[in-house]
Amino acid sequence: MNLRALLNALAGKQDSKDIAKERLRLVLVHDRTSVSPEFMEQIKEEIIKVISKYMEIDTANTVINLHKTEGTAVLEANLAIKAIRRPG
Amino acid sequence: MGAVIVITSGKGGVGKTTTTANLGVGLAMLGEKVVLIDADIGLRNLDVVMGLENRIVYDLVDVVEGNCRPKQALIRDKRYDTLFLLPAAQTRDKNAVTPEQMKKLCAELKEEYDYILVDCPAGIEQGFRNAIAGAERALIVTTPEVSAVRDADRIIGLLEAADLGDPKLIINRLRPDMVKRGDMMDIEDILEILAIDLIGVIPDDEKIIISTNRGEPVVANDNGSLSGQAYRNIVRRVRGESVPFLQLYKNSSIFSRLKKIMGLSG
Repeated sequence: MNLRALLNALAGKQDSKDIAKERLRLVLVHDRTSVSPEFMEQIKEEIIKVISKYMEIDTANTVINLHKTEGTAVLEANLAIKAIRRPG
Repeated sequence: MGAVIVITSGKGGVGKTTTTANLGVGLAMLGEKVVLIDADIGLRNLDVVMGLENRIVYDLVDVVEGNCRPKQALIRDKRYDTLFLLPAAQTRDKNAVTPEQMKKLCAELKEEYDYILVDCPAGIEQGFRNAIAGAERALIVTTPEVSAVRDADRIIGLLEAADLGDPKLIINRLRPDMVKRGDMMDIEDILEILAIDLIGVIPDDEKIIISTNRGEPVVANDNGSLSGQAYRNIVRRVRGESVPFLQLYKNSSIFSRLKKIMGLSG
């Protein structure tokens, strides 16, 4: 932090370059995690394929979403299970 | 065997064409054999920046369509006889050239020339795909603005996807006075966000506009301009030399100021 930034912080002000940097950071989190619907569908199919080895999935009630919040992105998968495949 | 380098940015108006012209002239000043390709079909501009607009006979589309040999379309520079321009077609659209054709042309040219610099159009569509197709290195031009840095980030991702990793960044139109006031993102801010290597910083300089008015890239002017020096430094870094960066503004951390106050540093 330099002297100006310190004085600004004390006065409760923010340099415009810091505002720019913060806005850029947020917009890039969004940009970098943006994917096409086809891409999401592909992920969904593959997740179902893997989980189906162990559980019977109700594919109609399965939802996969990419959530973006400040600073992070979360992939959320809600899979409806019909039954568990017991090994044996 | 020469190197094919694409100069790209995503956003328009950040200085791709000016940068291509200056790096080309700078390389030729050091005796390199250079071809500049204007890949911005339909919006040709590198010719006017180079001051060669009156000498165009054939263009890039003529070459890929086989209407002439590459040699016939190359325009020799006014001052440097190892520097050539392959102009874009002005009355065609981007789809007149394919990435395969660009790849073939670049491969052919690098047999004979040391550097092929490709001036990429703005955007991320066909024109961009064409421009990067034959390149093995990429330089990304950005300015210290949110929109330009955002687009640069997108381009970095697309280059990576196209196996053109390790692009180098040129920060253009930096204003040291605004950086000092805290009203412009500084070099460190931008590098932190984009996380790629810096190859040069060009200060905002009216001499660039003046030299572009004349059609003579600033890099060749021995008028002591900082922008010309910055371009000459980038040229040497492109050739693999390690050149210290220009000190465009002082980093005034509290620590260094205290040291100065206490007389520990000068």
